[in-house]
Amino acid sequence: MSLSPQEVDVILLSLKVAVFCIALSFLPALLVAWLLARREFYGKTLLNVIAHLPIVLPPVVVGYFLLVMLGNRGVIGGWLLEQFGVSLIFNWKGVVAATSVMAFPFIMRAIRQAFEAVDRNLETAALTLGRSRPMVFLTITLPLILPGILAGLTLGFARALGEFGATITFVANIPGETRTLPVAIYSLLQVPGSEAAVLRLVVISVLLAFAAIALSEWLARRSVRRLGSA
Amino acid sequence: MLDVRLHKKLEDFALDAAFAADAGLTAIFGPSGAGKTMIAKMVAGLMTPDNGHIRLNDRVLFDSEKRINIGVQRRRIGFVFQEHRLFPHYSVRGNLTYGAGRKGGASGKIPFDRVVDILGIGHLLDRKPLALSGGERQRVAIGRALLSTPELLVMDEPLSSLDDGRKAEILPLIETLKDEFGLATLYISHAIEEITRLADTLVLLEKGAVKAVGPASELLNRLDLLPYTGGDDAGTLLETSVVQYDRAHSLLTVATEQGNHLYLTGSEKPAGARLRLRIRARDVAIATTPPTSLSILNHFEGRIEDHCAGEQGMEELLLDVGFPLTARITRRSFETMGLKKGSPVWALVKSVTLSRH
Repeated sequence: MSLSPQEVDVILLSLKVAVFCIALSFLPALLVAWLLARREFYGKTLLNVIAHLPIVLPPVVVGYFLLVMLGNRGVIGGWLLEQFGVSLIFNWKGVVAATSVMAFPFIMRAIRQAFEAVDRNLETAALTLGRSRPMVFLTITLPLILPGILAGLTLGFARALGEFGATITFVANIPGETRTLPVAIYSLLQVPGSEAAVLRLVVISVLLAFAAIALSEWLARRSVRRLGSA
Repeated sequence: MLDVRLHKKLEDFALDAAFAADAGLTAIFGPSGAGKTMIAKMVAGLMTPDNGHIRLNDRVLFDSEKRINIGVQRRRIGFVFQEHRLFPHYSVRGNLTYGAGRKGGASGKIPFDRVVDILGIGHLLDRKPLALSGGERQRVAIGRALLSTPELLVMDEPLSSLDDGRKAEILPLIETLKDEFGLATLYISHAIEEITRLADTLVLLEKGAVKAVGPASELLNRLDLLPYTGGDDAGTLLETSVVQYDRAHSLLTVATEQGNHLYLTGSEKPAGARLRLRIRARDVAIATTPPTSLSILNHFEGRIEDHCAGEQGMEELLLDVGFPLTARITRRSFETMGLKKGSPVWALVKSVTLSRH
């Protein structure tokens, strides 16, 4: 099947948003995962709850909060506009913001589990060999949690491709700017007689999901093989 | 030179230990639960004492009064753990060289090839730890700690996770490494076999307190310490040098520092080579007349220096036969032979029991 220019736009926008989403979420997710897995501090429970809010709240509510916070008159949005002239409203950057918030807990949870699975005795051993803590993190911890990071990023990528509620609430439905795959499918469903077009986008969604999972499985197997025999 | 005073109170255990260790291998010996591993961890910085101090050569690693507590990574102390703790994502070579960049390590160089050679792991360098056997892994772990050129090497029961066969295989390697590189070592163990084989200085630990500190050969001969150093394998440690080798009979003649000659079977060693021997107390027999027409080659004339009752009908003797020697005989023999402090005796030691592993 050949794709219409509108469909290509939708797919490219969705992929672009998903890539930016996991790129934006990765470091905060790594940091929060590390804090929750490794550190004891005042307010840890609160951080844990906040980090999980996007999973348990209705996406529309998250979208509403984003509107309030990141809108041009929001606390953060206003500051962004004033300082950098960046507006998130009604454009693809806003979609990235919405999907990042929604994908964050999924990425964070996978990395946190990986942190918890690391044998900390190995890190201790590395310290006794004279390496600094940052070096131990880079050479021991990070390689050992890599499969977890990959799994988390795949989940986040898929989540970003599928995000609907927060996106449409925050940045509406603008072709070429904020109309990602699920938003496009939703729009088409409003138009009588577009069943074929809907089906095409649905098939594309499924294929993208499969590809993402296959890629992550392949990466995970590669990293497991690195631990295996010579 | 390691100088420590450590105090730490846990819920159901208190450690209060102080000792100093010179160069060479200092063994901390005691039963399980004596606090040996706690000492190892505190020295390496893996556990913080409530108060006390840890000094290594000219550096203060910990001092509760001066509020000094140097981090693990800056203590320059290599650690061999009970379990190997190899990095699964590094090859054997990668593991061995992981700590090689340490700043200000041991003054003497420790060459990679020589360590690999002694440990017999040359053919494993490109493998990953998962593909190694238990004994191979622990050998790599020992090499890794050594090659990080520490000022002090701490070995916390490095053989305890291995079966007897592997233990017997690795113990001589540790001995060779010790002889060759002379790295100051703190060796934790509850196996007297390892202690007698390796220790220069012995720290006897029981229930968190130091019972005795001193040269291993002295402490192992002390009757009052037998409850701690005793057991089946208790005995005398002798530093000897080879006098000659009788190839026809595979018989070595060695001399103690005091000049007594001993005979034992074994492989050829050059004259003058140093040899550490262990005479188990239960391998020593006692006679009150000069032995004749006996198969036993080693007999020494002397007298009973001291004695005490041992476990289960046994009598523990300390003899002076030119060198101090412990003997363990039945109390019945002790009584029927009319032995007492000062009695002149001949000590008999079968050469085959001296055979050096």
